[in-house]
Amino acid sequence: MLSKARLTKRKGFEFTRWAVHPALLFTFLFFILPLLAMLIVSFWQRIGGKLTATWTFANYNKFFSKDYLVEALVNSVEVTLTATVISVLIAYPLAYILAFRVPVRWQRFVLIFTILPFWTAYVVRSYSWLLVISENGIINVIMTSLGLIDQPLEMAYSRGATVLGFVHFFTMLMTLTIYANLVQIKPTYHKAAADLGASPLQIFFRITLPLSIPGVAVGAFITFVIAIGDYINPQILGGGNEVLIPQAIILQVSRAANFPMASVMSVMLMVVVIVVYFVSAKHLKMERV
Amino acid sequence: MRTWVRNTPAAIYLLVVLAFIYLPVVVLVLFSFQDGPLPVPPFNGPSLHWYEKMFGNERLIASLINSVVVAILSAVVTTFLGFLAAYGMARRTPRFAGGIRFSLMAPLTVSYLIIGIGLLITLNIVGISKSLFAVGIGHVVINLPLCFAIIYSQFGDHTRNIDDAARDLGASDFQTLLHVIAHVMKPSLFASFCLSATLSWDEFIIAFLLSRFDVTLPVIIFEMLRSGLTPEVNAAGTLVFAISVTTVIAAAITVSALTSGRKK
Repeated sequence: MLSKARLTKRKGFEFTRWAVHPALLFTFLFFILPLLAMLIVSFWQRIGGKLTATWTFANYNKFFSKDYLVEALVNSVEVTLTATVISVLIAYPLAYILAFRVPVRWQRFVLIFTILPFWTAYVVRSYSWLLVISENGIINVIMTSLGLIDQPLEMAYSRGATVLGFVHFFTMLMTLTIYANLVQIKPTYHKAAADLGASPLQIFFRITLPLSIPGVAVGAFITFVIAIGDYINPQILGGGNEVLIPQAIILQVSRAANFPMASVMSVMLMVVVIVVYFVSAKHLKMERV
Repeated sequence: MRTWVRNTPAAIYLLVVLAFIYLPVVVLVLFSFQDGPLPVPPFNGPSLHWYEKMFGNERLIASLINSVVVAILSAVVTTFLGFLAAYGMARRTPRFAGGIRFSLMAPLTVSYLIIGIGLLITLNIVGISKSLFAVGIGHVVINLPLCFAIIYSQFGDHTRNIDDAARDLGASDFQTLLHVIAHVMKPSLFASFCLSATLSWDEFIIAFLLSRFDVTLPVIIFEMLRSGLTPEVNAAGTLVFAISVTTVIAAAITVSALTSGRKK
């Protein structure tokens, strides 16, 4: 009996050692390898409709020599940064109010209510804004009937509309990350500062704000990563005047089946995200010191 | 009274932002009941015309079934892999624990678009055609980090003790995992399953890139969008939203019921 128990214990020892491996193998096969394949293909060329291992920088040269491709990347960075900044500016006061003004027993409910539209169908989210801001959309109809405007405002199909779509979604996300950070700040810090004679403004700028930077940084980073890789929002709300990098990538894949060029653009997109990651990681560390 | 006055600006701000957040949702849902060809004012209705049209659309219903199948199967695989990995990390800290955690969480920092393009290129090189199965694999990749993190965060000393106790009483590893640990971890397993299923259900770009004929619901809705504004899209969007919200709320209620039952 004793030996049997020991036997199972040893088998258990083996089993727990291998429990993590299926997930690791899966991640390796379907995440790491595809990214490596993408990197490799970015140095290949498409000759006569077939992928050929040419090992050349020609695709990268082509990317940087075509103004509209570099421009697409620049546009993406500009739109994403604008959307991220505006989302922080809207989300921070909201998270602050939720954490410090709404009674504690209501906080959970109000928070859930605030982020519920998070689960609106992703493909339809941008479309919903079209219903609001298009030429015969609800805003124009209301403002015309109130006599505020004679001509419908042209709001849809522009960079502003793309930013609006992003801001709407990411305000919810950042409210969540900033709120989670704010409620962790110990109330005793505020009391101590107040006892020592700090004004409410001083307390906010010297205590609350610095301590909540990690929540802002995490939310801003997630926002940046998701927004810069998003195809749907600029495609539906952005209109035809400018192309963002995800649209350029999909165009290469769906129209031309040009995988090498799509890979180059994806690599450039990843480079931007990695740079942003290191910038924000540095910032996070600085705040912790 | 004084606190009420002090909080007035805060309350106004809260209401204004909530109005901003809910404006497109309300418009979407309201005009799915439009009685007329366009989902814009004036509102004539309510009418279920566009829901009838939607449920009569065979391609849409087929894609809806595909979406449900992919969501459930990919969520099962994701939760299973995430649970095993979390157990392996929590039961005994393996060598290279930091590296393993980093590898498992890494897909979170890469755009879905890039993950999709990478998988598409891999399929192309290996010579496998696009399929619903490939979409499912893509969905496991994007959801595994979240599920692993959720389940791992719920492991602790108490699970380690229960694990030891079960083994001392003669349970095999498999019995311990299935009857003891999985039972204790039920709330987080369920939460991870529901989160993974709703994210897969709503995912577009990977399904768009990796599916061929057997597309999912978001891909069909995207195709419908090309024909401009129509209340049928509103109806489809409302349906997707309703199913997601129901799943999320059901999950939240179940999880809190399971965990509060445990405390007693």
